[in-house]
Amino acid sequence: MLAKRIIPCLDVDAGRVVKGVRFVDIRDAGDPVEVARRYNEEGADEICFLDITASSDARDTMVHVVEQVASEVFIPLTVGGGIRKAEDIRRMLNAGADKVSINTAAVFNPEFVQEATDRFGSQCIVVAIDAKRVSGPAEPLRWEIFTHGGRKPTGLDAVDWARRMAAYGAGEILLTSMDRDGTKVGFDLGLTRAIVDAVPIPVIASGGVGTLQHLVDGVKQGGADAVLAASIFHFAEYTVGEAKRFMAAHGVEVRL
Amino acid sequence: MAGPIVVIDYGMGNLRSVSKAVEHVAGGAEVVVTDDPALIRGADRVVFPGQGAARDCMASIGEHHLNQAVREAAASKPFLGICMGMQVLLEHSEENGGTPLLGLYAGAVRRFPGTAVGPDGVLLKIPQMGWNRVRPVREHPLWEGIEPGARFYFVHSYYVDPVDRALVAATTDYGLDYASAIARDNVFAVQFHPEKSAQAGLRLLANFVGWRP
Repeated sequence: MLAKRIIPCLDVDAGRVVKGVRFVDIRDAGDPVEVARRYNEEGADEICFLDITASSDARDTMVHVVEQVASEVFIPLTVGGGIRKAEDIRRMLNAGADKVSINTAAVFNPEFVQEATDRFGSQCIVVAIDAKRVSGPAEPLRWEIFTHGGRKPTGLDAVDWARRMAAYGAGEILLTSMDRDGTKVGFDLGLTRAIVDAVPIPVIASGGVGTLQHLVDGVKQGGADAVLAASIFHFAEYTVGEAKRFMAAHGVEVRL
Repeated sequence: MAGPIVVIDYGMGNLRSVSKAVEHVAGGAEVVVTDDPALIRGADRVVFPGQGAARDCMASIGEHHLNQAVREAAASKPFLGICMGMQVLLEHSEENGGTPLLGLYAGAVRRFPGTAVGPDGVLLKIPQMGWNRVRPVREHPLWEGIEPGARFYFVHSYYVDPVDRALVAATTDYGLDYASAIARDNVFAVQFHPEKSAQAGLRLLANFVGWRP
C-alpha cells in the first residue's frame, strides 16, 4: 500500500532558511542544504522549498540551492515561490527539482497551469492553493482563494478552483489554510476534506500543524495523501522520525 | 580499463538526479550523460532512464538514433532501465491511444484501471505518486542488502505486464499486484525511481554499479 507522505517545508529567503509565522514574524534557522540533509536522514518522504525571496535578482540563489540539495539528498524535491513562466519551471527542473508548485501565477493566468502540464507533464506540476474560510457561523462552509500571503481575496471558490486546476492537469494540490497557517491549532479539516473529495489527484494538507496528532487527523479525518509542516520540524520540536512513528502507531501507513 | 557508466540522455526529462545518485555510489568511477551511440557502445554499463509519455519517448529515441545502441547495450552489458526506460523494453503501450515500443520483451504496458480501491476503501489515485513496497519474487544481486518490502518512490500511471512471468523480479501492490521490477541476464529494470528513493534506492544503484552478470 502506498504510504502517506510527510513533507517538511523550508521557506528560503535569498538562500537562507526562514519560517514565517502567519507570514509576518520570521526567524532565520540555517543552511538549506544542511537542513534538507537532516530531514532526509530523519526519513522525510519529500522536501518542499518555498522561495520567499522578494527581489528577482536573488532568484538565481534558489537555483543554486536546488542544485546543491539535489546533488546530495536523494528524495523528491518540490520548489515553489516565484514560478511565473515556463522558463522558471524549466530552470528548477534542470537544477534537480522533481516538482514545482505554482500559486499566484495560476490565479492570475489559469491557462499557465495547462501550458505547464502539457509541456512538462502533470507529475511535476503542483498547484498551491491558499484558502480562507469566508462563510459565517450559520452558513454552509465555504472557502475562497487568497493571494499575497492571505491578504487579498480573489472571489474564487476554493473547491471550484481545485477542480479546475485538476482539470488543467495539475498533478497535486498543495492546500494551505490561511486561517490556520502558523497557529499550531491543526489543519482546517473541513477544508481538507472538501478539496480531497472534489479532485481525483493527491492533496497535500498544510497550515496549522502544532502536534503529531494534527498530522494523523489530516490523513484520517481530512483524507490528505500527504501532510506538510514546517515549524514543528524546523525548530526540532519533533523529528520527522518521531512524527512517522506516532502516525504508524495511530494506524497511518508510513514509510519507516 | 573499464569504460564509464553511461546515463543515456534522449531528451526526456532532467537526468541530473539520476547521474548525481549514480555518481554518489560509483566510488569515483566516471559517470557520463550522453546521447552519443559511440559512448554508449564503449560504456562499462548503462543506465536508461526516462519520463514523460510513451509516444514522446519513442519519438525521442528515434530522433536521437538510439534504437540500435539501446538494443546492443541491453544485449551485452549491465543495463538498468528506470521508469519509462523500463516500459519501452516491452512491445506495446496503451498510452497515447496505443504506442509501439522497442519490443525486447513480449508484453504490454497497461494503464492502472482507475476503479481499484485501497484497504481503506478509498479510490486509488492515478498516477500512483509516492512510496510503495517492492517485494522481490526471486533472488538477484541487485536486491543485496535491501529488505524485502522496502519502500521505493514511484510516479506512474502505467505498469508493465510481461508475457513471460519469469521476467518478474519484484511486485508491488497498487490495486493489483504488478511487476515493479523485471530482470533477465544482464538487464534489470524498475518502475520506481531509485535516484529518489533515499537509502534503499542508493543501495540498489550501488549494487548495479558493482554487478557482474
